Amino acid sequence: MTDKTILEKIKAIVTPYVQRKEGLEDFSDSTDFISDLKINSANLVDVILDVEDEFNIEIDNTSMEGMLTAGDAKRIILTKLEN
Amino acid sequence: MEKRVVITGLGICAPNGTSIPQFEKALRTGKSGITFHPQLKELNFSCQIGGKPSISEEKLSEYFTPLQRRGLNSSGIVYGVVSGTDAFIDAGLEIAENASPDWDTGIIFGTGILGVDKFREAIHLIDAGKTRRLGSTSVIQTMASGISAYLGGILGCGNQVTTNSSACTTGTEALLMGYERIKAGKAKRMLVGSCGDHGPYIWGGFDAMRILPGNYNDNPEEASRPMSAKASGFVPGSGAGALILEDLESALERGAKIYAEVLGGEVNSGGQRGEGSMTAANNEAVQRCITGALINSSISAAEIDSINGHLTATSKDSVEIENWVKALHLENDFPYINSLKGMTGHCLSASGSIECVASVLQLDKGFIFPNINCEEIHPDILDLISEERIPRKTIEKPINILAKASFGFGDVNAVVIFKKYNYVC
Repeated sequence: MTDKTILEKIKAIVTPYVQRKEGLEDFSDSTDFISDLKINSANLVDVILDVEDEFNIEIDNTSMEGMLTAGDAKRIILTKLEN
Repeated sequence: MEKRVVITGLGICAPNGTSIPQFEKALRTGKSGITFHPQLKELNFSCQIGGKPSISEEKLSEYFTPLQRRGLNSSGIVYGVVSGTDAFIDAGLEIAENASPDWDTGIIFGTGILGVDKFREAIHLIDAGKTRRLGSTSVIQTMASGISAYLGGILGCGNQVTTNSSACTTGTEALLMGYERIKAGKAKRMLVGSCGDHGPYIWGGFDAMRILPGNYNDNPEEASRPMSAKASGFVPGSGAGALILEDLESALERGAKIYAEVLGGEVNSGGQRGEGSMTAANNEAVQRCITGALINSSISAAEIDSINGHLTATSKDSVEIENWVKALHLENDFPYINSLKGMTGHCLSASGSIECVASVLQLDKGFIFPNINCEEIHPDILDLISEERIPRKTIEKPINILAKASFGFGDVNAVVIFKKYNYVC
């Protein structure tokens, strides 16, 4: 799976939770879930569950804490997929 | 100075109507909302029928955002949000977007237990060791105050936002709590009401108590028979009712439509003493609640034109009538009396507010809805009041004062007095 495909999948997953839709226009590694997309912090656990379902992986609490941007999410997904 | 309190908005999510015009039509025509539920049959319920409002997916999307709908599995929240939002809009109030909340508007929206289907989902995940899979909405859909919290956020209310719970008196109690808050000058408007989930996990406990009818599964619309000689238990229901209470001055300033005035009321408990118990009312307490409501409303018993009773369709209906007769002392001039439960079943925590909405509609439009499934009145009731006081056909007649009562498990009571609002005086 390429980096680009993973990023596109992440974008699709977060879209329903995004409160600032303009933030999706230039969606990239540096897109911050909270500051750029205004995702309610309580919804981050839902994003994690959706990511787990999409990629068939499990994201532990420590990894979740480091998942602030789309790039962070991509790196964590890639690491989990390699294992 | 104490404020006068009027009703300026109504919303409904009842088994026989999910908008005010639809509900009014159902009331006038005596339309039943009781249906057969195959799921209850599969689960070996004795009573396989119930009252459940019908909300389409399309309607749901008018009230909830796609995000709010993700994982939404709490029927009480659905009913409460639909009726509460409708009441707010009906009152001509605007939902403030991204501005400060409306500091003068609060919410008291009660329930018995909320989000049982969501809670069941959570229990299955937890028992399977998958607690982390619950997601973020398990808490907000199952906390009792979930309903006031959802409404508070959707409508942007900045005054007191809370949930009360007192079994089947919940809705009527919520109304009186909101009334007190406005009367004391602490809020200009209060959205009051109550909601109740539907389904086997709500109704099962009542089925187990054997207080629901098991002999009408083939003809559900005839099952709920308040005051009838053939009453054989209450039919479980669900839904929500909502009312906007408003300081009279504020309502007049806004030029709002005024449905009725809340003159006052009373809440009390029989302390589960005497004939009172966890599940039965102490009769003296019921009578004191009625007379207390009259005193607090500064009216005499003879001024009551119509009563909307609690009257669930159990053997206790005649006891309730006896309490009204003893409290009002109007043996020869008893007011009209009706029960909505023949049409909706007993909507439990939602019943008080649904029935308050029905009561206010009668005052506003000038009619008394019929008691259905009551062709043959219970002989014990006929010993107490005259047959023509129990309408079986809609009476088109202006009414001025209506008394509404709700009673609940835990031996708790609530009575409210509504008056038609006269714009001239």
